[in-house]
Amino acid sequence: MRTGICHETFASEERLWPVAATRVWMLILAICLFSLPLWGGDYVLAMTCIVGIHIVATLGLNITTGNTGLISLSHGAFLGVGCYTVAWLAHRGVPFYVALPAAGLLTALIGVVVGLPSLRVKGVYLAIATLAAHFILTFVFREWDAVTGGVPGTTIPRASIGNFTFVGDRRNFYLIYGCAFLLAIAARNLARTYIGRAFVAVRDRDISAEILGVNLLQTKLQAFAIGAFYAGVAGGLLGYFYGAITPEYFVLTLSVFYLAAVIVGGLGTVLGSVLGAVFMTFVPEALRLAVNASSHWFPSVAALLLPMGQAVFGLLIIVFLVFEPHGLAAIWSRVRRVIHLWPFRT
Amino acid sequence: MSEFIEYSLLGILSGGVTALIALSFVLIYKGTGVVNFAVGEVMMLGAYFYYAATVMFGLPPVVALALGLIGIAVLAVAFERIVLRPLSGQPPVAVLMATIGMASIIHGGVEAVWGGDTYSPPPLLPRTPLIFNDILIPGAVLGNFAVAAVLIAGFFAFFRFTSVGIALRATASDPVTAATLGIDINSALRLTWVLSAVVGTVAGVLIASSAGLSPLLAAAAMSVFAAIILGGLDSIVGAIVASLLIGWVEALAAGYLGGKSRDIVPFVVVLVILIFRPYGIFGSRTIERL
Repeated sequence: MRTGICHETFASEERLWPVAATRVWMLILAICLFSLPLWGGDYVLAMTCIVGIHIVATLGLNITTGNTGLISLSHGAFLGVGCYTVAWLAHRGVPFYVALPAAGLLTALIGVVVGLPSLRVKGVYLAIATLAAHFILTFVFREWDAVTGGVPGTTIPRASIGNFTFVGDRRNFYLIYGCAFLLAIAARNLARTYIGRAFVAVRDRDISAEILGVNLLQTKLQAFAIGAFYAGVAGGLLGYFYGAITPEYFVLTLSVFYLAAVIVGGLGTVLGSVLGAVFMTFVPEALRLAVNASSHWFPSVAALLLPMGQAVFGLLIIVFLVFEPHGLAAIWSRVRRVIHLWPFRT
Repeated sequence: MSEFIEYSLLGILSGGVTALIALSFVLIYKGTGVVNFAVGEVMMLGAYFYYAATVMFGLPPVVALALGLIGIAVLAVAFERIVLRPLSGQPPVAVLMATIGMASIIHGGVEAVWGGDTYSPPPLLPRTPLIFNDILIPGAVLGNFAVAAVLIAGFFAFFRFTSVGIALRATASDPVTAATLGIDINSALRLTWVLSAVVGTVAGVLIASSAGLSPLLAAAAMSVFAAIILGGLDSIVGAIVASLLIGWVEALAAGYLGGKSRDIVPFVVVLVILIFRPYGIFGSRTIERL
């Protein structure tokens, strides 16, 4: 039974994972995860890769929306910006370790432009501004043939380092989870810095934050830029993973998907982003399995898959907002508490 | 020159329906403080109800419209009761996301039931075009504008002269005082949602019966965001004036720059307004206090 943590030094309080047990669990998780390509099946591996990309993107949206309270509906389009940047750079022979950060930075720049209205308006107005930005960006994806390949889409050469090419899910896995791990720890660390605390202050009461000396404009733009950076990297990873992309992928439903992932997982926590991304990836997959199982009796049900997925995303958003506003992360912490306090009840 | 006049007339007249959608949106924002992202989907669902009643059950258009309105009103009440009331007191962002969720549910549900095909429901209004010299105005555009104008005028009268309308305005401007004066806040909120959904449905049916019915109909509400932002979110007059203005700009852009620009012009307008004049032309500037 563990009831609390007693910090004896400041150093122990500043640790990322303060308890030895947590560190051991994290190590086990990391070992299991990074050895997965050695023992996992093809289907499992492909799904885990997609989950990894979604985790990166959700981490970003959770910084913008969960930590800072700025609702963004252009996150799906930001992924597109990252993806097309990587495609353009990769065709010119730029290696992935330059192209991915470059995609992130360019997307961050666009994020700042989209976030600009946030200095004059907030909340609902901002949601409309980002919605407008989404439609403008997807319009560009469809029309700017020279870079995006227009509606037919474009291809992305595989990432490679030396003679090692990231071909197939097993190799892409390391690329994706290398990035995901780095970015997740970065997000976790961000919350402990001045910038991260300023984000939370702006979310909770922006005027009070300003009186306390937080530069509102700078903080909001930073939140947009960092969230967009994550989206850009996720988009780049998506490009390397699929090898080809069309503008069809970056529809508004994708933005709603990430919003749902953030809400379902838990606003403002890294754990929430991870849980939300994992959960939301498996929802359409579970639907697909259900449809496959029932197509025996209802042959036309396969066509309903996409619209049903959309309806389920919406339903999940509403159910979690009404019944569990802190998401899966809150459920997880309740479960942990029960385990820690066993045999006593909370 | 006559080209310019034709584009302008078409644009302003088609702005009438936009004004109706904008009204549906502003009613809710003014009355309950919620930004309803599901306006387009509600509109689409209403139009599908109308289509189902006319074509599938063979009812005359007017009866079908009435049935569609009743169906939408019931759904609006249910949404208000089941989703929004538990969320009251939550930050506006949470409520906003709930409406996005609702939009997603309706969109998915409609596509699952009716598919992505385009249907053409029977026209509600006569289709004789109007011809001045060499300018041709399609009858549907004119009829839609007339219906929208009558409905909007009716709403103005309702809010000004009836006691229910005045009660709704009182609730919108100060719920606490309104409650002490004996106005039932819950039923006022419910009525606001019903009115907004009904207006949206009429707009949806008008668009569907003149331009065809498909899930893309919901996207029509997207350009309405340009209008309400330009007019100021909380001003009904602003929304109407801005809708006509946006309709005009859209028609000119589509006429001179090509049809594709219609996809993007409203959104560029939104971003520009939000950066330079976020409260629109008629919106009230809010001062925030701690």
